[in-house]
Amino acid sequence: MAEILFELVGISKSYPGVMALNDVSLRVHRGEVLGLIGENGAGKSTLMRVLGGVIAPSAGVIRIGGTDHAEMTVSEATQTGIAFVHQELNLFENLDVAANVFIGREKLVGGPLKLVNSAEMRARVTPLLQRLGADFGPDTLVDNLSIAERQMVEIAKALSIDARVIIMDEPTSSLTISETERLLEVIADLKAHGIAVIYISHRLGEIMTCADRVVVLRDGRTVGELARDQLSHAAMIRLMIGRDLKTLHTPPKRPPQPGGCDIVGLVTSAFPDRQIDLSVRHGEILGLAGLVGAGRTSLARAAFGIDPVLGGEIRIDNAPVDVASPRDAIRQGIYLVPEDRKKAGLVLELPICENVTLASLLNHARMWLVNGASERNVAKEQVRRLSIKVPSVDMEAVTLSGGNQQKVVLGKWLSMQPRVMFFDEPTRGIDVGAKSEIYALMRELADQGVAIVMISSDMEEVIGVSDRVAVMHEGRVSGVLERPQFSEYNVLRLAIGQALETVEAAAQ
Amino acid sequence: MIKKELGLGLLLVVISVITGMINPAFLSVVNLLNLANLIGLFGVFALGEGLVIITGGIDLSLGSMFALLGVVFVDLLTTYQVPWPLALLAVLLGGLVLGAIQGVLITRLKMQPFIVTLCGLLIYRGAARYYTTDSTRGFGYGDEAATLSNIASGHVAGIPNTFILLIVLALVLGVVLHRSVYGRWLYAVGKNEEAARFSGINTNMVIATAYIISGGLAGVATVLFVFYTNSVSPSSFGNFYELYAIAAAVLGGCSLRGGEGSILGIVLGTALLQVLQNLVNILGIPNSLNFAVMGTVILIGVLADQQLQARRKRKLALAGLARTAPKSTLPHGVDALPVRTGDQG
Repeated sequence: MAEILFELVGISKSYPGVMALNDVSLRVHRGEVLGLIGENGAGKSTLMRVLGGVIAPSAGVIRIGGTDHAEMTVSEATQTGIAFVHQELNLFENLDVAANVFIGREKLVGGPLKLVNSAEMRARVTPLLQRLGADFGPDTLVDNLSIAERQMVEIAKALSIDARVIIMDEPTSSLTISETERLLEVIADLKAHGIAVIYISHRLGEIMTCADRVVVLRDGRTVGELARDQLSHAAMIRLMIGRDLKTLHTPPKRPPQPGGCDIVGLVTSAFPDRQIDLSVRHGEILGLAGLVGAGRTSLARAAFGIDPVLGGEIRIDNAPVDVASPRDAIRQGIYLVPEDRKKAGLVLELPICENVTLASLLNHARMWLVNGASERNVAKEQVRRLSIKVPSVDMEAVTLSGGNQQKVVLGKWLSMQPRVMFFDEPTRGIDVGAKSEIYALMRELADQGVAIVMISSDMEEVIGVSDRVAVMHEGRVSGVLERPQFSEYNVLRLAIGQALETVEAAAQ
Repeated sequence: MIKKELGLGLLLVVISVITGMINPAFLSVVNLLNLANLIGLFGVFALGEGLVIITGGIDLSLGSMFALLGVVFVDLLTTYQVPWPLALLAVLLGGLVLGAIQGVLITRLKMQPFIVTLCGLLIYRGAARYYTTDSTRGFGYGDEAATLSNIASGHVAGIPNTFILLIVLALVLGVVLHRSVYGRWLYAVGKNEEAARFSGINTNMVIATAYIISGGLAGVATVLFVFYTNSVSPSSFGNFYELYAIAAAVLGGCSLRGGEGSILGIVLGTALLQVLQNLVNILGIPNSLNFAVMGTVILIGVLADQQLQARRKRKLALAGLARTAPKSTLPHGVDALPVRTGDQG
């Protein structure tokens, strides 16, 4: 076996109430491609941040060249030769390629003025770019580069600090097929030069192509390791899932009613070449699963009129509705509980009362003058109904806990007449108690005839709460599951773009 | 919220009393009425500027708007002998239209308010100077608009009409800002435009309307200033006046980040600025120090306010840590407080 570059032994990282990493061990050899896979929230990002020196582990050691470290700083990580190619590229678009490669380590002419020696920086970057087969020069402005080209800049940057390990986090999520192939070639070339690559991806096909070894994380633990000859889609998926899910499901009081919301051939700006077809009946909770970036949020934003609808249409009870703006959507009874409640759900500095009535203020006004009493009554009613724990509706929303803030966002919509409601990650960052209250509330709404679409990356939630689950993959719905078909395995297969196994295929 | 205005009012009284003690002429009826007139003149357009600042924007074009609308107004009355109600209407409409153009550029075309209104400042001034070939326009010996002139520069029971107009406008806008749906939207948009949009508020409309109101009030102020000076020299008329308005709004508690401020605060801010100017004259401080005094007071005022707010925040945070139930009325501006009640997020 080749030389071990570094080793993580028994790394744990706990946050209050959460064990993000639990006794994770990982070994990286010279010149190998290590695939790192796991579901959303399995702990991949946390692990990488430990490696990069951004966060300190709560327990465990990082062993580099025989010496043990309890934690690393960012500069120690860099010295060790660990470099990142981030999912969101960290480049300065206003600077040229050479300046980006040498950012923070600029070559100087010397002298007290600390003038930058651009010529030398360019001269040093040119061979790196040639090695990567890039067709742009060191003086190109990053702003003018495509995402794939920017990735090459990041890799050049890693090479310029003599990186021995390059960590790539979902490097192909925004690349075309040919760009992806090009990247895989570059990875093979890096490997041939003795550089190790940690390749994090949901795309199991790419992992199959390039990885020498695959480590699987689940719920913050390493749950398995597969050698090159053990790699298969089925083996990887089996390792990624496998915990027993508690059933939370409360069945609907009555079967879904006819009618509801039909999304027909909808094209969103996030995936202009894909069409989305989706139906949700009145009285039903439709779970919308998929990997981060599969287009679920874009769908909700388009249906709510935030993002433009580029094609297709939205029908409620078979009547096409026009949603050019959130105002139109709200008028049609289409509401959205957004993913980022602090940014898009609430005006944090306004009192609870004003947040609750923000969308319906004209209903509490005569001649455009706000009727304070009517407004407060509605807010109080929502506080009572949602059991928001506050002494008064005059409290500013910023002083509330995450769960109570989310309830204020819900109160805003429940004080009106919902017909179709999109919940985007409704329980993210919310404690268990408030979570179950929100689930109960969604069920109550559904039983009142509201059609509910719940976007969630929490597998337990998707499987436990939904009546049906639609799964999205790269901008389109890759499959819809009925309750008997619900399983983490099935959801995950659809989420990574594989077809469901038919009974015959499974029997073989 | 009210605390801020109370503090400002108190400061105003203290400064007035001290100045009055040093030189009793400050408190003479003549001086006070003159002061009231100036407060009226400068307060009218400061109100509009305040609304714009609450949206998180800024309007730098006001002074040049006065020059452009001013020369047009005088020309309509003298050269073209247009009846004064029509000329008045034209100027008001002109202000509204200029405000609307700026509002559309800022909201529809997503340009930065600073740039749009800075270009407005340059363009309107240039247009005014070109239109008049840089010559001063004034009223002849005829009484082209005696009626309007009497209204604009007259007084009722000794109180200058400009001041009365300011009070009336402040009351109207006070109701709009603090009691109406539009006012609520304005604060929401200023504090968090995205959340406002996600609540179905037409944020572009709300912001553009603020610029339109500001432009309209600039039209009103133009007429008042024209009759105050009785002539318009296009290269200097209204120069720097937008800065007075911004200063008054900021002194009155508007935050340039948006979402904060009140009509009462803006009026008090304007009054304080005018008192300071007056004080420089009355106390025999060299007139050249005028701006320096103003700048210093604004700097100290804003600094003191910030320190007080930070202290209040700390107190609140401590109260939150001690798990005492927060009081029902919290002061504004307690963002990013590490205070949590109930469950942890």
